[in-house]
Amino acid sequence: MRRQDWLPAGAGALCTAALAALLVGLLALLLWQAAPLLSLDWLWRPPRDAGLAGGIGSILVSTLLVVLVCLAAVIPLGLGCAIQLSERIDRRGRAARALGFSLDVLAATPSIVFALFGYQFFAVTLGLGFSIASGGLTLACMALPLMVRGSEQALRGVPVAVREAGAALALSDTGMLWRVLLPQARRGIAAAVILSLGRALAETAVLLFTAGYVLRMPGSLLDSGRTLSVHIYDLAMHVPGGSGPAAASAVVLVALIVALNLLIHRSLRTGEPDDC
Amino acid sequence: MTAEPRRAGRAQSATADDAGRRPPAIAIDDLSVHYGDRVALQRATLAVASGRLMALVGPSGCGKSSLLRSVNRLNDSIPDCRVRGRIRLDDFEVLVPDTELRLLRRRVGMLFQQPNPFPLSIRDNLLFPLREHGLRNRTELADRCEHWLRAVGLWPEVADLLERSALTLSGGQQQRLCLARALALGPEVLLLDEPCSALDPIASETVESLIDSLRGRYTILMVTHNLAQARRLADDVTVCWVDQGCGCVLESGSRDHIFLHATDPLIRAYCGGDKG
Repeated sequence: MRRQDWLPAGAGALCTAALAALLVGLLALLLWQAAPLLSLDWLWRPPRDAGLAGGIGSILVSTLLVVLVCLAAVIPLGLGCAIQLSERIDRRGRAARALGFSLDVLAATPSIVFALFGYQFFAVTLGLGFSIASGGLTLACMALPLMVRGSEQALRGVPVAVREAGAALALSDTGMLWRVLLPQARRGIAAAVILSLGRALAETAVLLFTAGYVLRMPGSLLDSGRTLSVHIYDLAMHVPGGSGPAAASAVVLVALIVALNLLIHRSLRTGEPDDC
Repeated sequence: MTAEPRRAGRAQSATADDAGRRPPAIAIDDLSVHYGDRVALQRATLAVASGRLMALVGPSGCGKSSLLRSVNRLNDSIPDCRVRGRIRLDDFEVLVPDTELRLLRRRVGMLFQQPNPFPLSIRDNLLFPLREHGLRNRTELADRCEHWLRAVGLWPEVADLLERSALTLSGGQQQRLCLARALALGPEVLLLDEPCSALDPIASETVESLIDSLRGRYTILMVTHNLAQARRLADDVTVCWVDQGCGCVLESGSRDHIFLHATDPLIRAYCGGDKG
């Protein structure tokens, strides 16, 4: 390696090592604090004493329900909007610019603003109250810009050559979309789903305002529930001696995100060409 | 559904029906193509007789591809592209506003410079367009799939691999698959945009011999930078050139006329390899 190449190479290696150390340090600290609590039994037991005793059974169920409601809203809405932006509207036109600007503003809007909106619109105006449905739908509004922008970029990334092949064969727009464009863009769309999912799982403020924070097992989507991130926040900030259960819940949250990532990546690998 | 299996590659399955079918002649009059303020092609006029193979040759930027893409109106999808003039397939007017693009592109098949199979299985690359154009019968679909793969000489290589992704095929195989896909819709005119330029010499030779076998049953317009290929394949040759920044047609004529007896010194120099 030439002498002038050492500096950028060394700086790059240092940054990579720092990143790896940060991740390892974070996980090590959490695991060290969480180790005495973590067990399969702890995952399923209902929480007691404000989360200091028992497990996180109802919290896991609430978390999964909130995420499901969020994804059920954000995937069709986000994909529909992305298809409109990438396939139907002239990207240099006024409508596309206005829509793009709106998405960028929404993406930069603080979550507390979404929380106020979600409370007012879903909980009060639509009468959903403090519920899993209110929380999931508000999270969907918050994750929508990520989903739309990510999916739009993925669709725009489909090679022009493939689109021209479809046009030259006089294939219908709908056929091209379902059979060619969406499958071709699936990796980018999956990345957008993962980002949306991450945002939904990590959010606290929105859910405090819309889903509530009761510890009990939710009876339906219209019932209140506490998600993992809210549980961690509550234990860490409001419950003396709650740092152990908070760390254990954080480990579960990280594991959940990693597992969902792996699941999506694995499902995408199925049907991939073997050697291209 | 008019995609006819009888229009198979001559090498494998020329039938009596082929002899009875007369492909249309192409007449291009005063054709100009503009991209915004840039003139890509200026007042081009040429005619391709029924069943003949005409090669379009000339340096880069002389409007060959713009001319080719006007015949199936693929330029329609390019923003700011304006096409003026007249193109006829026998009596069928191509450039009038009420021309049905679906019908036009069924009659005019196209093969591109880069092979562009869909990210589907080998089988579905053929069946998807056929289904899109209304063919539903499973037995007939399977028959046609085999028929057209045989017609381009691909069947022995992929008969056991039909469910594999088309993207796992080699470049030459992909290009033959794209040719089969285009032929399966039963076109009468073929547009070939440098069909061998992205292929290795062996694959190029295979595709060339396939193109040669289509002569007479299709009217073919082929863009090529390879003068030796034009000399080998073409019945007629049109030389395009760049004049004051605009593409134009210099001269059209039979292959022997252009390569052996051209009077224009520019054409003599270009075809002799001294210029261009």
